[in-house]
Amino acid sequence: MEKKKGKFPFIIEERLCKKCGICVSHCPAKVFTAGPGNEPRVTNPRKCTGCNLCFFRCPDFAIQLEVSP
Amino acid sequence: MDIPVRYGDYIDWDQLPHLWCPGCGNGIALKGVALALAELNIPLHKLLLATGIGCSGRAGNYVSFHSFDGTHGRTLAFCTGINVTQPDLKIIAFLGDGDCGAIGGNHLLHAARRNLNITVIEINNFNYAMTGGQFSPTTPLSSITSTSRKGKAEYAMDTASLVAEAGANYVASTTVYHTSQLNNFIKEALLTRGFSFVEVMSSCPTYYGRYNHIGDGPEMMKWFKEKTLPRDKYEKLSLEEKQNYIERGKLVQRNREDFLTTYKKRRKK
Amino acid sequence: MKKMFLDGNVAVALGSIRAGARFFAGYPISPVSELAEFCSHEMPKAGGIYVQMEDEIAAIAAVIGASLGGKKAFTATSGPGFSLMQENIGFASMAEVPCVIINGQRFGLSTGVATKPGQSDIMQARWGRHGDQSIIALTPASVQECFDLTLEAFNLAERFSSPVIVLTDATLAHLKERIRVPDPAEIKTVKRKEPQGPPEEYKPYQPDERGIPLLSYFGSEYILKVTGLVHTEKGNVSSDPGVCASLIDRLERKIYDYQEELPPPRYYGEEKAETVLISFGISARAAREGMRRALLEGISSGLIQLQTVWPFPEGAIRRLSSHASKVIVVEMNRGQVTREVERILPEGVEVNSLLRADSEVIYPREVLEKIKEVQ
Repeated sequence: MEKKKGKFPFIIEERLCKKCGICVSHCPAKVFTAGPGNEPRVTNPRKCTGCNLCFFRCPDFAIQLEVSP
Repeated sequence: MDIPVRYGDYIDWDQLPHLWCPGCGNGIALKGVALALAELNIPLHKLLLATGIGCSGRAGNYVSFHSFDGTHGRTLAFCTGINVTQPDLKIIAFLGDGDCGAIGGNHLLHAARRNLNITVIEINNFNYAMTGGQFSPTTPLSSITSTSRKGKAEYAMDTASLVAEAGANYVASTTVYHTSQLNNFIKEALLTRGFSFVEVMSSCPTYYGRYNHIGDGPEMMKWFKEKTLPRDKYEKLSLEEKQNYIERGKLVQRNREDFLTTYKKRRKK
Repeated sequence: MKKMFLDGNVAVALGSIRAGARFFAGYPISPVSELAEFCSHEMPKAGGIYVQMEDEIAAIAAVIGASLGGKKAFTATSGPGFSLMQENIGFASMAEVPCVIINGQRFGLSTGVATKPGQSDIMQARWGRHGDQSIIALTPASVQECFDLTLEAFNLAERFSSPVIVLTDATLAHLKERIRVPDPAEIKTVKRKEPQGPPEEYKPYQPDERGIPLLSYFGSEYILKVTGLVHTEKGNVSSDPGVCASLIDRLERKIYDYQEELPPPRYYGEEKAETVLISFGISARAAREGMRRALLEGISSGLIQLQTVWPFPEGAIRRLSSHASKVIVVEMNRGQVTREVERILPEGVEVNSLLRADSEVIYPREVLEKIKEVQ
């Protein structure tokens, strides 16, 4: 997959997300903020460096590639 | 690190969401397995995920390929029969620290000694979480658990070193925080012929994190970041300083013949 | 057909290989060590594999694994090892994995007497695991039957998709007799059916009309999900009360409802005898000779020799003893089969037993004395 700086390449599937907060806390670029129920919100997509760490560290398979598998 | 887009083929999405707690590291390790399988492009029917009992034992429900969920600790003994009758099958044993260190300790040592062609992913969350957070052999000395309210009175077992000593071809340990190292170790383990073992220190915010005041999922991830050191750095510490850290990294990579090879050679005569 | 002079251990091992077994895992134990030794050199010659495991828990686990890898597989042990195996025999019942367990019974509780015979694992064979289930257990009484019934055990394991236990004992294991070994072409072997249809629709635990699932193997394009937890037809974990109930009901009935298809009891002696002996295994040999001597003395007697001990052949025993006023159960334990016989026979039939639990076999003269005593 091609890395694109400045574009958040994932979707967050609410059905699977358990709102653990790992993506919010550990994103090096602070792309996410936590909503009122601790759910992740992509509030700074342009800061995304394409490191993919949020994807790798999501324990819930909720952060998914925005491509049809 | 790039993402192999077909990783989703190895997951049974209909069974998700999984039963693991928020912030539990099991899903991170299981995803690491799926990513490695996608990268290596192994056909689904040539794969088996074998599990034991406890939280990690439920992983088989979430994969789209063959799965085997055995009795507690015996998984590698079952896998012995599977390995020798289906030598082309890639067997991934996704086990807990109880499966590996306690009830299954003997089977682990002998599977490593025989050098069966199996990859073990040990999810070491430092406690028996499915049953309510009791201490396990890998729980560090002094840790608080539901059966050691004043601190665990026993020394911890280092399963990775044991497996290395027992004769495995590949042994490494890391954490669910260090995902690029994790995913790389899993891939290297899967590429190993013979016994390979990856210890994955994993977050259990519900019990281990809570009892030991480490905190929730994100805090446990931070704890792994701060409390673990690469093996070379760790080795340079004084004995006293070592008490404060856990080492991670590769222990062994070698090329002894696997069980079926040593067996068949001696049956030809 | 070939005539061979073998002991019970070797007859069991040979019967297994002729039945198609290609995997043996075990842990050395008296009195069946020779069985493992035979497999260690004969199994590779037949294209199979012998693995010596770290204990009996691992041995039965490896056997179950090999069966799920598509091979017929078995293990052999004695009381102490049989105790260790119970955990995974339960797993095999739950996951419906065909396999055969040989228990060469030795005397006593715990380590007992390692080299002497016993028949006291009858109830353990039936109820050694936690949870409700059915199990098949066969009891050969001669070296010929060691061969024949072990062969049949593999066929039953495949047909019923279940573990099958063969109970021999220390005497039979080391008893040498001349037996008829059929040529491979004469032997009828059963192998589990292969799944059909589109692989994506395959459900390993969808039962057929007899309640038997159709397991593929690991490596097959028909994806197999195996677990010891309660599971759906697809093999996914469930704790739904309906799923629990139907699974446990099916596990019991798939064997219990078809028990007439299992090796039936043999009957010797006078038809419609007034005194009927019931025995099995090595004790049935003494019972038969004692009964023969009683007949010579003019006592109306017969013998029911059980080939299948579990499920307990209630119907056949009731039929074969329907004219008897007295029954004598002959067994080397403190009355394990006697209690079953008392349970199933109608009131009015006098149930006696000749028991021996001192590490010695029962002798024909003891049987004759007992027959006379109850007249």
